[in-house]
Amino acid sequence: MVKISIMGQWHEVPASLTIQKALEYAGYQLVRGCGCRGGFCGACATVYRTEGDYRLKVGLACQTIVEDGMYLTLLPFYPAQRADYDIDKLEPTYETIISIYPEVLRCVGCNTCTKVCPQDIDVMEYIACAKRGDIAKLADLSFDCVMCGLCASKCPAEIAQYNVAILARRLYGKYLAPKAKHLADRVKEIEEGKFDREIEAMMQKSEDELKKLYAAREIEP
Amino acid sequence: MSYPESMLASIKKVEETRKKRLEERIPLLSPEEKDKLLHGFHPDYNPKGKRPVRVGPNQGDQMPNELVDLLEAYPRIDPDRFDLSSFDYDVDVLVIGGGGAGAAAALLAQENGANVLLVTKLRLGDANTMMAQGGIQAADKPHDSPVIHYLDVVGGGHYYNVPELVRALVMDAPKVIRWHEELGVMYDKEPDGTMITIHGGGTSKKRMHAARDYTGAEIMRTLRDEVRNRKIPYLEFSPVVELLLDDQKRCGGAIIYNLDTKEYFKIRAKAVIIATGGFGRLHIQGFPTTNHYGATADGLVLAYRVGCKLLYMDAVQYHPTGVAYPEQIVGLLITEKVRGLGAQLVNREGNQFIYPLETRDVVASGIIRECTERNLGVETPTGMKGVWLDSPMIEIINGPGTIQRMLPAMYRQFHNFGIDMAKLPILTYPTLHYQNGGIVINEWGETTVPGLFVAGEASGGVHGRNRLMGNSLLDVNVFGRRAGMRAAEYAKKNKVGKLSLDHVKRYSEELKAAGIERKRVAPMLLPDYRRPEVLRKLEGTYGLGIE
Repeated sequence: MVKISIMGQWHEVPASLTIQKALEYAGYQLVRGCGCRGGFCGACATVYRTEGDYRLKVGLACQTIVEDGMYLTLLPFYPAQRADYDIDKLEPTYETIISIYPEVLRCVGCNTCTKVCPQDIDVMEYIACAKRGDIAKLADLSFDCVMCGLCASKCPAEIAQYNVAILARRLYGKYLAPKAKHLADRVKEIEEGKFDREIEAMMQKSEDELKKLYAAREIEP
Repeated sequence: MSYPESMLASIKKVEETRKKRLEERIPLLSPEEKDKLLHGFHPDYNPKGKRPVRVGPNQGDQMPNELVDLLEAYPRIDPDRFDLSSFDYDVDVLVIGGGGAGAAAALLAQENGANVLLVTKLRLGDANTMMAQGGIQAADKPHDSPVIHYLDVVGGGHYYNVPELVRALVMDAPKVIRWHEELGVMYDKEPDGTMITIHGGGTSKKRMHAARDYTGAEIMRTLRDEVRNRKIPYLEFSPVVELLLDDQKRCGGAIIYNLDTKEYFKIRAKAVIIATGGFGRLHIQGFPTTNHYGATADGLVLAYRVGCKLLYMDAVQYHPTGVAYPEQIVGLLITEKVRGLGAQLVNREGNQFIYPLETRDVVASGIIRECTERNLGVETPTGMKGVWLDSPMIEIINGPGTIQRMLPAMYRQFHNFGIDMAKLPILTYPTLHYQNGGIVINEWGETTVPGLFVAGEASGGVHGRNRLMGNSLLDVNVFGRRAGMRAAEYAKKNKVGKLSLDHVKRYSEELKAAGIERKRVAPMLLPDYRRPEVLRKLEGTYGLGIE
């Protein structure tokens, strides 16, 4: 067992638990600050210190194991600047990013965002990409972002990094990534009714006929 | 933390057989062998796991005990206390649920001219869609076709699928991927734009599209961003506790409960779309689950009370490869893509026992047999058993660095606990993953109650009795879009009559007449993982769900 303080109240919990399970063990039925419980949704950003250590530490509650003397609070919501935009009317350029999120130019290069990222993303580097208009690299570097908000909570330049990142990923996905020609061709074939008769024939088949066809499928190696 | 000595000894055997196994291919099981394996070891065939439901449209049907508990529970609210002569919100289309199906439905309903309100229990995007890692199926390659996709789906579903729903699924699939491409979803592509596609369990052609192993997250965050950009109003932490019916038995709104302020709000809507997901968090038969915190079958309860029939509720999907070690993340998903990329399943002795890309129900049963009857599982320090998923094979087959490049989420998950899955195998055991059945719908997501639509995991019939990998991300998009379109059309043509909660009163009377005591309330809203010692100190609740 270890002792942890949840927002100032001390509890004794098993040492093997994640922060999330420790909260439940201590008697919380979580409403805010709990989502996928698997490290994908960013609902459970947590800030903590351990006794005798001046450093402020962070983690996702569902992915971080409790430590003796840890005192913590969840950060289930963080007010961050987010711009609305019409993705169809944008161009994938430096100017687009800077006009929508001019505050990225205020980045002082302190690297705090990178240090706090629970996904180990090089956040400062992708903001540097924004500053020089390298949208492809920004999209790639930020890909694993779960939008938990910890970077924004620590940024002295008041940037909401993760909102810049999703804008860049959408610009990349829509405009810079090459289009899949086979996909456009197939959509056209479907719209022209190329498969209609075959599908309808398949829908009429008996279970026995379907079983035979299924067993005879050619499996792509 | 890495592996304890006892487990490392077995890993040594796995390493010794690896070279031999690189050449070895376990044959696919014959239909008879599959049947025998499923009947012997799949949890669906355990008679103790289910019982007949005593009330409602499915009276007498066998369903998992945990679901029957909720269908036989009383309403959370007192219907007589609600004055339904005025409303807090008045909209064309109400979407319940903020996952992939809900977001897609809201976008398409708005695009088709409806005034939309989305309400969701947690945050917009907090849903299983966000957690889906492996991919999304679409027959968009020249050597593949929607017809072949159709056959894979119905074979995988053991021929119980509703044909019209399967047609919608496979024919809309390429359109969905194209829609995503237009919205800016970053699918994995070759430099010339060709989609990188691989196999999933039960596919005959490589049609699994992915965005690394954050496929669902990438789709969800893009749809969510678009809902925000289009300024579709949404209310978070606001689950629905009952639907409203009008004097012609049409669905015309809902009562929501604000989890922060504990207030109830009344919504009138010309059409209502249920996109609330499945029942993973009911922990059917005590299994751990891969599911999101909010997957508590709320939509099933709401729809059942207004008279919708449920289909194949006894068919539960156990994902073959849940985490079995370390203990902190037991039950979480190890994506099927790991097997798609070449990792084999091997027992304590380092031997394969099943072809790794059989359908999910068959692989799960094979693993359960290995750990029970054959007693060839690997035991963890807490006494849990599992089999190895030999992940280092991925690097041998596809080159070093493949895991970090193609499976960054998986790699990170194990790395957080000191296990490098590029070098050491990972331990797995089946985990509750998906509700194969659900509310009966037609190919436009319409239910038998006019004005009520359902999309995504809450619905049933698309996947028969067993869903294939990559068809649920597809399902939420296909049927979310369809329900959104059709609901907007319906809302243009229909007016709402006088609304009431009379159906809720009638349901309570039915429960009473069946001799069911008022010891539970539903919908559940949130699971409760507090200790019994804590729960004993609480008073005043019915014992299920939040106060």
